[in-house]
Amino acid sequence: MHKSKNSKHIGLFIFFGFLLFLLGNQVDELRVYQGASVAVYVIAISSLILLTGYSGQVSLGHGALMAVGAYSAAVARNELHMPIVLTFFVAVITTAIAGALLGSAAARLSGPYLAGTTLALAIGLPSLANQFEVLGGEQGISFDVGYPPQRLGDDFTQYKWFFWIAALTALISMWLLSNILRSRYGRNWRAGRSNEVAAQLSGINTARSKILAFTLSAGIAGLAGALLSMTIGTVSPSAFPLALSFSLLAGAVLSGVSTLSGVMIGAVTLVAIPEIADVVAHRIGSSENVTTNLPGLIVSVLLILTVLFVPNGPVEQHHARAAKRAVNKKS
Amino acid sequence: MQLLNTILIGITAGSIYSLMAIAFVLVWRSTRVVNFAQAGMALLSTYIGYEAVTRFGSFWIALPVAMLGGALFAALVEVILMRLLVKHASTGPIAAVAPIIATLGLLGLIRSVIAMIWGGQDLRILPPVSNMGFTLNGETLVFSPLKLLILIITLVLMALLSLLFQRTNLGLSLRASAYAPEISRLSGVHVDLIRTLGWALAGAAGAVAGIFQTVNGNGNFSPDSIEFALLLVSGFIAAVIGGLDSLLGAVIGGMFLGIVIAFVLIYVNTSLFFIVPFIILLIVLFIRPQGIIGARAGRRA
Amino acid sequence: MSLNISNLTIHHGAICAINSVSLAVPTGKLAAIIGSNGAGKTTLLRAISGLNKPSHGKMSWMGESILDEKPENLVRRGISHVSEGKSVIPELTVKENLELGAIWRRNKNELSSSLEQVVTTFPRLGERLSQRADTLSGGERQMLAIGRALMSKPQLLLLDEPSLGLAPLVVEQIFQKIHDLSTSMRITIVLVEQNAVGALKIADLGIVLNLGKVVAVDHADALMVNPAVRAAYLGY
Repeated sequence: MHKSKNSKHIGLFIFFGFLLFLLGNQVDELRVYQGASVAVYVIAISSLILLTGYSGQVSLGHGALMAVGAYSAAVARNELHMPIVLTFFVAVITTAIAGALLGSAAARLSGPYLAGTTLALAIGLPSLANQFEVLGGEQGISFDVGYPPQRLGDDFTQYKWFFWIAALTALISMWLLSNILRSRYGRNWRAGRSNEVAAQLSGINTARSKILAFTLSAGIAGLAGALLSMTIGTVSPSAFPLALSFSLLAGAVLSGVSTLSGVMIGAVTLVAIPEIADVVAHRIGSSENVTTNLPGLIVSVLLILTVLFVPNGPVEQHHARAAKRAVNKKS
Repeated sequence: MQLLNTILIGITAGSIYSLMAIAFVLVWRSTRVVNFAQAGMALLSTYIGYEAVTRFGSFWIALPVAMLGGALFAALVEVILMRLLVKHASTGPIAAVAPIIATLGLLGLIRSVIAMIWGGQDLRILPPVSNMGFTLNGETLVFSPLKLLILIITLVLMALLSLLFQRTNLGLSLRASAYAPEISRLSGVHVDLIRTLGWALAGAAGAVAGIFQTVNGNGNFSPDSIEFALLLVSGFIAAVIGGLDSLLGAVIGGMFLGIVIAFVLIYVNTSLFFIVPFIILLIVLFIRPQGIIGARAGRRA
Repeated sequence: MSLNISNLTIHHGAICAINSVSLAVPTGKLAAIIGSNGAGKTTLLRAISGLNKPSHGKMSWMGESILDEKPENLVRRGISHVSEGKSVIPELTVKENLELGAIWRRNKNELSSSLEQVVTTFPRLGERLSQRADTLSGGERQMLAIGRALMSKPQLLLLDEPSLGLAPLVVEQIFQKIHDLSTSMRITIVLVEQNAVGALKIADLGIVLNLGKVVAVDHADALMVNPAVRAAYLGY
């Protein structure tokens, strides 16, 4: 029974992949690039959802963790000349180790304390890049995954190559993650989130469970960081500002932190907002100051409104409504 | 000489962190929320102060105007955002993190609006007195008339705040409402109003911290000013060191943080500036999660 | 009739905690509300002081409605509530706790005369004015809680389980003080108690509450000898 459900999921993910493949051939370069960004955000946001929605912890430092992943992938590529696939694994493992360290501190902290600690990390960590020659200071270092293989044809562009890598990685990690969340670990996290004492009484080691969640979440964030720097081509402190951590949180809240199934909503919104803001700004013919800051404004307002009025995310809201309707019908 | 210099620099910076920490504590005590938008509010107040300096040409008018602006804005946030938050998001799976997310959203909102109104470029507030160091035995200190002034004003404000809390009926209401809202209501305290007042006081304290952080640096500030990110983190850490519940703890935490950072910068390495607070925070949280000033002794304002 | 409640109903979510309760307490009288755990005594008391919102019914004090009024305003209309479990603020000193009770009163002279009066009523508090409230014993805390309520010069005093967790000797003292407040200061008192015997001994009026409904109202002396009440609540 359980097995058949899993295989159905594999089929679903393969179908999704095929759809994306077709789509990639139909649209122009900009859309393809945006598609790659969506894939990166899907991974990054799901790492936060795993942390906040399933284990009840908040991190404002996931941008910094993405930086850890990006730098380690780039160093593996530049200094150790590893193949691309391996660099992504390096990114995941390095960041997971960093996450385990942070997580063992985080397991002792609750709500605002953890948020403040990770905030301090997000502000402090990128500036560390200036400390080490190998990380290239403010300029950063390059991260080049190379040209697409010749056999894909001459009209196969660099951006499409990025999109392929990112989308495939996103699909695989989504599949893995959704399976982990349905496993014993996922149940433990949910139990710990809804009532820590009750979870402890029923024999769950909540501290270890939290550290595990943080480790996994960090590893995934590192992967997203490596993919992000792949699409930019370089890794530098300025690519991982506080605003990135902030956008990820917004994406997670918009997706609904209590379930993974809405993650596309947040990712697409984050990519679409700058474009929507651009259209709006042109329509009202606003000044340059307004135009450049409209995306930030929209993200912030959406974040506040979502927390106030759709705190559990659009997907859960929909489910709750459907459930209510079903109950009403019965009675 | 070097030692004296370091301590004086540390105390000055520390007094600014203390003000910010006081803002965190005042908000925490009145609504049990860590207000991550505190730095945004301080930044907005600094812009208000900047406008006042340009209009009236005096730092001494600008400071109270900024405090008033900061207080009014903070009160507005409490009345609108916090009360909505209590109404809509006090149950459900993300109830515990909802205030954190909401205040972060507010931080982003304030930053964007500021950048829309004033633009992204650096603006400048000139210090009211010289920032050239005093000379002692022919040697020039880093400690300057400006730093002395900052220290004096901060200490005076803290003394006034302490008088307000310990000696007046309003202070009694503020303390009672923080510890036991229900008993306070039954005693006739308008607790909702007192909460708003707590936020307003925090807004004023944050405004002074923002302006002092600006003039104590190079005088420049912008929507993305790193000084304000540092102020946010340092203020929070100072408040945590003090136990998040105690005003005295916030002051001690701020001074401690300021001095430690000064020592690291001068004796170890300047580029550790941003990572030191983080490490101090981790150490504090590991040793004493309830803050250095233990909950018992520190609960009194 | 000064405190008048008619057809009061209170819901906690889906549960009906108070079901169409009507009662009246004349001025200057001491009414004891007794009943077992979960009978709705505390809920009823919290509704009178404005902490709980009734879903239905009427309440008035001195002929004016007290429905939908906030507790902080009811204090100003002479209604003081001492909530369950020694309601003092441990972080404040004894004096600050007392001052808190009179914080809404403007007149400084009245304030100091109230303080004197409370200290005369509870001399033990007078000796400990500058101590923090968490250094007091259980009985002293209960005195402080009542003292704080007295500081607002109440005409109607609502007491929720003042005997809770106190030694029998102390309980007797506290009940004696409550009786004094009623007879010498002519304060109308509503006393909610598990300790039915002690409460009925000092009360003029007894009200028995069961599962959110009033099941008996009578003179306290009459209730003491009522066989049904004795069997169910007095235990002899």
